[in-house]
Amino acid sequence: MSAAHHPTGWRRWVYSTNHKDIGTMYIVLSMIGAIIGGGMSWYIRLELAQPGIQFIDDTQLYNVMVTAHGFLMVFFVVMPAMIGGFGNWFVPLMIGAPDMSFPRMNNISFWLLAAALVLLVLAGVTGGGPGTGWTVYPPLSSATYHPGPAVDLAILSLHVAGASSILGAINLITTIVNMRAPGMTMHRAPLFVWAILVTAFLLLLAIPVLAGALTMLLTDRNFGTTFFVPEGGGDPILWQHLFWFFGHPEVYIIIIPAFGIISQIIATFSKKPVFGYLGMAYAMCAIGFVGFVVWAHHMYTVGLDVNTRAYFVLATMVIAVPTGIKIFSWLATMWGGSIELKTPMLFATGFIALFVAGGVTGVVLSNAGMDVALHDTYYVVAHFHYVLSIAAVFAMYAGFYYWIGKMSGRQYSETLGKIHFWASFVGVNLLFFPQHFLGAAGMPRRIPDYPDAYAGWNMVSSVGALITAIGTFFFLYIVWHTLTRGRAAEANPWGVGATTLEWTVPSPAPFHTHEDLPKIEAAQGVE
Amino acid sequence: MFTHFRSVATLIALACATVASDSSAAGLATPWQVDLQPAASPVAEQIQSFNAILFTMEALITLGVLGLMGFIIWRFNAKRNPVPNKRTHNTALEVLWTVVPILILVVIAFPSLRLLFFMDRTFDADMTIKVVGHQWYWSYEYPDHGDFTFDSVMIPDDELKPGQPRLLAVDNPVVVPVGVNVRVLLTSDDVIHSWAVPSLGLKTDTVPGRTNETWVRVNEEGTYYGMCSELCGVNHGYMPVAVKAVSKAEFDVWSKNAKQEFADNGASTTRVVQAPREVSPREVSQ
Repeated sequence: MSAAHHPTGWRRWVYSTNHKDIGTMYIVLSMIGAIIGGGMSWYIRLELAQPGIQFIDDTQLYNVMVTAHGFLMVFFVVMPAMIGGFGNWFVPLMIGAPDMSFPRMNNISFWLLAAALVLLVLAGVTGGGPGTGWTVYPPLSSATYHPGPAVDLAILSLHVAGASSILGAINLITTIVNMRAPGMTMHRAPLFVWAILVTAFLLLLAIPVLAGALTMLLTDRNFGTTFFVPEGGGDPILWQHLFWFFGHPEVYIIIIPAFGIISQIIATFSKKPVFGYLGMAYAMCAIGFVGFVVWAHHMYTVGLDVNTRAYFVLATMVIAVPTGIKIFSWLATMWGGSIELKTPMLFATGFIALFVAGGVTGVVLSNAGMDVALHDTYYVVAHFHYVLSIAAVFAMYAGFYYWIGKMSGRQYSETLGKIHFWASFVGVNLLFFPQHFLGAAGMPRRIPDYPDAYAGWNMVSSVGALITAIGTFFFLYIVWHTLTRGRAAEANPWGVGATTLEWTVPSPAPFHTHEDLPKIEAAQGVE
Repeated sequence: MFTHFRSVATLIALACATVASDSSAAGLATPWQVDLQPAASPVAEQIQSFNAILFTMEALITLGVLGLMGFIIWRFNAKRNPVPNKRTHNTALEVLWTVVPILILVVIAFPSLRLLFFMDRTFDADMTIKVVGHQWYWSYEYPDHGDFTFDSVMIPDDELKPGQPRLLAVDNPVVVPVGVNVRVLLTSDDVIHSWAVPSLGLKTDTVPGRTNETWVRVNEEGTYYGMCSELCGVNHGYMPVAVKAVSKAEFDVWSKNAKQEFADNGASTTRVVQAPREVSPREVSQ
């Protein structure tokens, strides 16, 4: 093969148009983001371990870390790992396509995201940083209360990250719609492909609304418009509507790819096809659709009309139904299976446990009346970390252990993987479960110090953070151990349960795959 | 780095001592508390009873699903069940696990909406107070009692008197009589804040350019604490809410005195919006 087809050195990466190399770069970027964003959260937990101020004297710095932690984890850790990383790597492999539809656009998507990460770091170290929370509510984020370029840089960072996501979404949609191998009908496509397709549509519809809102905030800050300024006829609540119209689909953008990964893994390690395949696929579509009409449940205390709140209560509750279908279908897939609790399966069952716990607190919070007691407290922090952070991260770990043999050609150590699982599972539950108690007892979010009564559970939570941190560094060791010491992976290390097309190509997957299109007779979907 | 940690036991002892020395422990959290603060208003009572329904359901669902998963992992382990079956459909089952959650949600929805409409506002208010959020303190106005206004600022750690809870005590708590319906109107002078008192079931954002409304009827005398519940800048963690509920007679005396004491304070709504200054948390309550 000529050098032009397989460039080497830095050209291989910087100029890459190969879905596997770009996917790898996304995963590396996600790990960099996770180290920065995770480091911030551990510093926050260190400060919160006991009452009083011990480490972070500058409360603006505290707010900046709370803000940057949120931005990093959402835009630069979970999204790149799930969509850019696993999506890029495995959508073409699973549908029998040689690569993505638009390989050069794929390259631009990645490098825009890398640029956005640089802008976000710049925002954090410029002129006091953005201490607005990831929700960037005006007037706090306006030029009056956040003068200096920090918030402008953060806005720019989100703009660029958004452009990256939109291009990525277009690429994924086009690939999935047009490049499925002969015989790979949509109803035969693996659920991970369905998950990425639904996610890509959510991105395509939600990100432009964020972009519009960000532009309005930018012109409010710099060019004298008053979209969100009451003195000029604007309204700060307008921002919240626009932000959450994006922000709520965003949380499904984070979790739906996780659903896809978990579905593949549960089926593989139960040695059974997914139970209720069509129900699973259309449940994700339903979650995606309903996700667009529930945004104001983030705004129950802002002064919305009571009838409006009543609508959002009922609409939000509806989401529990398709979500329940997914949970029950996973259990039914396992029922009657021949379950092997290898590390990916351990993380997948851990995902279900965490997601159920986070899901039922979501139903609690959907009630506007109950939310008055819990809104903006640590209960909300516990809820969304259960579903979005630790459940999503468990899905990422599960995906990593599931696919690392295919990606690197080397298999992880089962013993080390299991130690990592148990350290993480104990750590994250110790970290986040007590936060339900803190929130119920009334401790607000985003405060650097707290009344002394909250000391006990905060200390427990910080101990959990320490264990989680140790688990995370252990994971980095496992990555190193796998890449340098791991045994060679077979094409299919999982046996009869692994039925999707990525297991038909050698490990590591060659630079180009499916150059002769596979013909699909019956896939794991509908026979 | 970890030499900074005192032992957990010391902390707990410290926290216990703080609360024990406070005569009115009802209106704030207690160490190792795992549930809502005790209810001190009709709205908070209804939140409590609704929470009891929700908690029962969430505990049953969580334990049920996790128990089922544990059973499946045990029963259908590869060792115990080497040959998997291939069943992937069961229409009756799929309808069942769609319909049952819907029924559960319907059961939740009725008390949920009843609570929502009950807490929204009061139609026969006995009096009105107005709350204005500022970076980083609250001010209160009493339009029905001579239209006086005063600021309510956190007492810094080094000026606390014995019995005053840290980060919660303020110089001038907002005073209301027990047993009367108080309409609360809320707005902000600068950024968005949120006026919250957990034990009274109160949490409403103060938004510049808008006037929000809520209501409260305090059941018993005492002081009820809360904290600002919307990120509002560098001293967000240092603007507590303290509601002091007194008897009607005591309130009448207080309001007469307050009218004179705070006579020189103009109504805060006429105040010019000030540009934010850089204030460290230490000097927040000058």
